[in-house]
Amino acid sequence: MTTTETPATGAPAEPRHGLRMFLIWIVLSLAADLVIWFVWYPHMPPGDMSDAARHQQFDIAVMAVSGAPVVIAVLLYFVYAIVVWRARPGDDSDGPPIYGNTKVQATWIIGTTAIVLWLFVFGTVELVVPAGAGAGEGPSPIWKLAGVQSTSWTPASNDMLQVQVIGQEWTWTYRYPQFGGMESTALYLPVDTPVTFHVTSLDVIHSFWAYQLGVKADANPQVDNVAYVTPKSLGSVTVRCNELCGIWHGAMFNYGHVVSQSAFQSWASGVQSKEQGDGVLAALPPYALTYDPTVIPQLGKNLVTIDGITGAAGYYYPPSNPVTP
Amino acid sequence: MAIEIQPERAEPTGRGPEVPGAPRPWWLRPGPHIGVIGAAVGYILGHLLGNFLSSGYAQNALSDTNDVPIVLGYAFAVIGWLAGVGVFNDLGKLMIGKPLPRHDPAAETGLGRYFRYTLDHKVVGIQYLFGMIGYFLTGGLFAMAIRSELLSPSYHLIGPNQYLMVVGEHGTMMMMMMSSVILGPFGQYFGPLLIGSKRVAYPRLEALGFWLTPAAYVILLSAVLFGGFPTGWTGYMPLATQAKQGMDAYYFAFGLMGISIILAGFNMIVTVINYRAPGMRWSRLPMFVWSMFTVAFLQVLAVPVLVGAAYMGLMDRTFQTAFFTNQLGGSSFLYEDLFWFFGHPEVYILALPGFGVISEVVAVFCRKPLFGYRIAAAGMLGVGILSFFVWQHHLFDSGINPDMRPLFMLTTELISIPTGFIFLVGMGTFWKARIRFSIPMLFALAFYFNFLLGGISGVFLSDVPADTTEHGSFFVMAHFHYTIMGGLIFAFMAGVYYWLPKMTGIKLNETLGRIHFWTMFIFFNSTFMPLFALGLMGMPRRVFEYARNLETLNDWVSISAFCLGGSILIFLINFVMSMLFWREREVGNPWRARSLEWQLPSPPPPENFERVPVVLSGPYDYGVPDALPVADLNPPPGVIGAAYAGTSGVEA
Repeated sequence: MTTTETPATGAPAEPRHGLRMFLIWIVLSLAADLVIWFVWYPHMPPGDMSDAARHQQFDIAVMAVSGAPVVIAVLLYFVYAIVVWRARPGDDSDGPPIYGNTKVQATWIIGTTAIVLWLFVFGTVELVVPAGAGAGEGPSPIWKLAGVQSTSWTPASNDMLQVQVIGQEWTWTYRYPQFGGMESTALYLPVDTPVTFHVTSLDVIHSFWAYQLGVKADANPQVDNVAYVTPKSLGSVTVRCNELCGIWHGAMFNYGHVVSQSAFQSWASGVQSKEQGDGVLAALPPYALTYDPTVIPQLGKNLVTIDGITGAAGYYYPPSNPVTP
Repeated sequence: MAIEIQPERAEPTGRGPEVPGAPRPWWLRPGPHIGVIGAAVGYILGHLLGNFLSSGYAQNALSDTNDVPIVLGYAFAVIGWLAGVGVFNDLGKLMIGKPLPRHDPAAETGLGRYFRYTLDHKVVGIQYLFGMIGYFLTGGLFAMAIRSELLSPSYHLIGPNQYLMVVGEHGTMMMMMMSSVILGPFGQYFGPLLIGSKRVAYPRLEALGFWLTPAAYVILLSAVLFGGFPTGWTGYMPLATQAKQGMDAYYFAFGLMGISIILAGFNMIVTVINYRAPGMRWSRLPMFVWSMFTVAFLQVLAVPVLVGAAYMGLMDRTFQTAFFTNQLGGSSFLYEDLFWFFGHPEVYILALPGFGVISEVVAVFCRKPLFGYRIAAAGMLGVGILSFFVWQHHLFDSGINPDMRPLFMLTTELISIPTGFIFLVGMGTFWKARIRFSIPMLFALAFYFNFLLGGISGVFLSDVPADTTEHGSFFVMAHFHYTIMGGLIFAFMAGVYYWLPKMTGIKLNETLGRIHFWTMFIFFNSTFMPLFALGLMGMPRRVFEYARNLETLNDWVSISAFCLGGSILIFLINFVMSMLFWREREVGNPWRARSLEWQLPSPPPPENFERVPVVLSGPYDYGVPDALPVADLNPPPGVIGAAYAGTSGVEA
């Protein structure tokens, strides 16, 4: 570690501070890294419920393992210095006038640069390989998840499931275009299926955070923000809004469920036929990547236009308190 | 703008012999009391003008009903306040051709000068010190309210609207006012002293910069009267368009404070370049001045973007422009970009002065030269330059420029290299030192501890996949409190204990100071360390509702936060009692420091140096057996000219 490579000792009587520190550091760092990797890593957030979450968990663990020796080196050095080089009572002398040490400085610069470049390469690979690792990738992602683009979704195929996430103050709605554009307030996902989230908003900026899935994508009005994930195990998911969106931001959460592919199929078709039956599908605006809430297609006109300008910015969803949670 | 039309006043010799006539009594002289009257009159005028202007407007959906009168009211109130304080007096005299009164620093004595628009940078520094402590305490009280609400996982104490108001006021107060917490008091006070100057380059701009801060503070607080603003300190736009009139106060105050910061930075740059004493080469510049110099560039280059964004936001809210409205051709991404293009350098505007203070303190109490002086300066400049290239890391999940994320990941991680220099310098200085554990030194050690954790957690955040979980969660919150509170505020405290004897001739009580340090250090960590865990366990920022299983940890944090507040209270008691009642004198050079300001009596005389000193050696030559004194404070006449000839211009 670079930090322990300190100036060569001067007087021969002096203990070899650098060597001492190096030995203590090796032991402590090794212990810390082993504990982090074998004890902590399996429990680290956000868990391993999806491929994206696994990559994030792996990243956090790798960075903890890379960072712990640095933290230990610096702290150890300061503790050592405080203990060994504190001024004894009555000592009024000055320290040795050391203005610098080219070797130490060069080692430090090379060492920190190497760590930084390693983290950069690692982070880039971990971003590109898992197709954005669950982060929002904008309207036209360049790192795509493999999967068959299809207008319908059937179990046991490799069809990509499309899910649109619509944020508005202060609730989440999910639309499934492959099931007639049906709409649900609960998020259901089939396990082991590549999923594309199209995240958008009707009013202000929200952020879709499916915690256990490791998905986070801002919901911007008039923007389609794409994020990919492949759920890997069954269970429920907490969805929270992660961008301040008004007074009930804290109450803007609901739950999602990862279910088996056949259970998902029957749930989705069930909701679709129910919404077809009671006229909900006909009342919904046609599926689109973004929506303008000032336009109500069923009325065939804009809601309010003043001086040729359609009012916007969420005003037509006047803030009203949902039920106190 | 203060244009220097009497160059002889910059000369050391010209002290006016005459003080014509007796000064007017204090209540007739310009000051805050007249400023308040001016502000009230200005607000009424502006409001009436706004009513007149906007009466014909269609009150459409994009604005609230009376934003125009309120914004114009603020604008005229600021002008009235400045006029009442006396900012425009000299300008007015110049315009009508009357001679300027001679501003004689020696004639400005007594407590009254601290309540006046003054041209003495030391007075401005003291004004900043008291102002900043006041602003900090206000922001801290809001933090106490936040933590009280978070004692329980659903809302129980203050409603959601009030909660957002408190969060917004706390964040904005801390981020916008505290950007001057070191640059204001210590930068203005010690900048000229450390470079051997009798004055700053633009004393009027400097004083104007200070007198804008109370206005910004009051305007920001006035948002409370309108029910606050719901956006937090970032003011993201579609939400801000929706918000009520408190939002106007946010934009106006932030923009106004931005102007104050720009003025302070401009003054600092020119002062450091042009007002260094002979012999004060760039290679002898104290590290604190290097940090001020770098920060000043950040302020001058980054803050105008904020002022522009705030102005455009106000236009959107008042005159129905649509810069940030997606449906009408604007873009909410534009606001995010503008805000963070300012916002990230702002973070280093907060952090770099801390590096400077700590470097000074460490060298003095290690009794050793600063290790790697050049690398310390390079670290500050490197951080300053790189800070302009990282802002997109705040927007990794937003959908802006997603393909550029690896680049911004790289720049963000690169910035840890120059930041690491600061640690290298500190650690090298500790090598075989004679460490004195004075209170400033304790705060410096705590700074390294806190900033280390803050910096390492920043590396976690720079990694895009890991950031997907951490972004916008309490993890980020803990990260920036570790760097700003744990870095900047601890450095500010180090500066207070280190420099207050120089500024006032009075030292703070040692016992209470040590109690303050230990409580602050322990409870700071006990407050913010668990927040890393809370964030990773899925608690977003700025919520008053969280999962019930996080309640124990949140309660722990809240109780620690109250204790942290108590620790600040100990500081306040110590400060007030020491300054007003105990008044333990501390003259001379208690720390045996070499830097230039400690070679002067405490507090320094009105014109700092009787003669412009000639700097003979660097400020950190501790332990050098035959070190020259740092400066010749009383150079024989004629030496200065020769010294100027030898050291004119820039040399390193």
